[in-house]
Amino acid sequence: MTNTHTMTLAQYLKGVAEKQFSPTEVTQAIQAEISKVNTDLNIYLTENEQAVQETEAGSAQPLAGAAIAVKDNISTKGMRTTASSTVLDTFVPPYDATIMTKLKAAGMSIIGKTNLDAWAHGSSTETSQYGRTLNPRNPEHLPGGSSGGSAAAVAADTCIAAIGTETAGSIRQPAAWCGVVGLKPSYGRVSRSGVIAMASSTDSPGPITKTVEDAAILLNYMAGHDKYDGTTSPQSVPDYTQALGKSIKGLKVGLLYQDIAGLEVVNPHIQAAAKVLEELGAVVEPVAAMDPHYAISVYTVVQRGEVSSNLARFDGIRYGNDRSFFGDEAKRRIMLGTYTLSKGYADQYYTTAQKVRTAFMQDFQKLFSNYDVLISATSPSFAKKIGVSENAAMFGELEDMLLEPSSITGLPGINVPCFHDTTTNLFIGLNIMAPMWREDQVITVADAYEKATSWNTWRKV
Amino acid sequence: MTTQITLQQVQHVAQLANIPISDIQAQNFVGAFEETLGVIENLKEVDTSKIEPTHQVTGLENVMREDVVDEQHMFSQAEALANAKRTSSGYFVVPRILDND
Repeated sequence: MTNTHTMTLAQYLKGVAEKQFSPTEVTQAIQAEISKVNTDLNIYLTENEQAVQETEAGSAQPLAGAAIAVKDNISTKGMRTTASSTVLDTFVPPYDATIMTKLKAAGMSIIGKTNLDAWAHGSSTETSQYGRTLNPRNPEHLPGGSSGGSAAAVAADTCIAAIGTETAGSIRQPAAWCGVVGLKPSYGRVSRSGVIAMASSTDSPGPITKTVEDAAILLNYMAGHDKYDGTTSPQSVPDYTQALGKSIKGLKVGLLYQDIAGLEVVNPHIQAAAKVLEELGAVVEPVAAMDPHYAISVYTVVQRGEVSSNLARFDGIRYGNDRSFFGDEAKRRIMLGTYTLSKGYADQYYTTAQKVRTAFMQDFQKLFSNYDVLISATSPSFAKKIGVSENAAMFGELEDMLLEPSSITGLPGINVPCFHDTTTNLFIGLNIMAPMWREDQVITVADAYEKATSWNTWRKV
Repeated sequence: MTTQITLQQVQHVAQLANIPISDIQAQNFVGAFEETLGVIENLKEVDTSKIEPTHQVTGLENVMREDVVDEQHMFSQAEALANAKRTSSGYFVVPRILDND
């Protein structure tokens, strides 16, 4: 058995069950791979010295001690958690985030904590105060963000799978740029307790994986009501692996954003993906939706406001360093939020933004009365070159434009690779969205698409 | 028509948010503020006269819990203080905010 570190989660679980290899040897192979690439790519901020022990301890559980990369804004008991900001340079959480408790109970091993844009503010990892991560597919390019470290960890085969968080694009956009799968669950499907808060009304943790099947497996162990997060939904969680391998015959698919300027590079590939779905029996129609430029504005106002409030707790007294340690991006966002929430401006900006948010919800409601799922490009471009985000106050928002409508409305969505440029080794991603709580629908369509195409690099034979 | 921001406004907001910034940063933030406010200007174009604001998308309302002590979710004093820069006799040490002189 060679190259155990390149296995998908499903292959790993099968191999362990059939005793083809031991969980420990896989975790050790992954650690060896991290040693080889991490100095150059800067994926992991902290490696878990206990990873092998955790693998051994978890080997009889459902996740069989699988080595999982965890974004460094997710609290891990006893393990440094920085949110990629020097404010939290030496912070060691005294408790686990709920999703960590759940995944540990299912037998995962944390292989390490991955880099992100500081406080998850950005779409490049370039705002990380520990340096940018490079895209393993092509190191002259960025991995995207904010979960850029987690997406890169998957693309570089330095984990079996990874956990990220998305507020507006932070799972799907880096997944698109790194040529991997990223699933953003409905807001309220996965607990935020113990995740360092960014924008509390849109933050959604989710899996970043090699295949759609792996995302379905991991979501099974992440989803569900949590008494420590009052915004989690009490409704029951289906077995997401039941959504795999299903026919999409007769499914109605709305194709969005064909008339938005600036999508010339990606749109031919999205149209080709639509063709594939048609060949699989779906009915695909281009359909008009509310202009995503308004979603940028809603998100910008809401996010800055919630950031200014959430980051007020970092006073350097109970934990962490003082507020002079914030980087420029965090300072800009905190201050902008303070400004738009201040007396005289709150109505003009904040209340108006929340009304336009309602308009987006109504628009999606109308769209989903005619379509089962909606598709669009994930990002307007291939992974961009390093350095491109510097001093661009709105870089992330413009990059995430196509995802922001579904973020502010809480909808589930997934990125699957839908084109691979063999010259640059870079990818384009397809974004598939469904109504609230219908992650199963997203998984069914993504899985059918993935299996019908050869873009997924782990499925090539 | 972009909103004009002054250096004084940026410095005032920095003070409100308790964010220490240098003069050069404040200068740079004027431009960043104007750029961002320029982008969100388009909110005015949407007719919001007949719609209510959305603060929360799950539809849940007034989520309560039993008012009981949850010992599973408590820190010991040592755990609570473990990450603090300055502690004294089991307390956090906070900076002085009133000037006695």
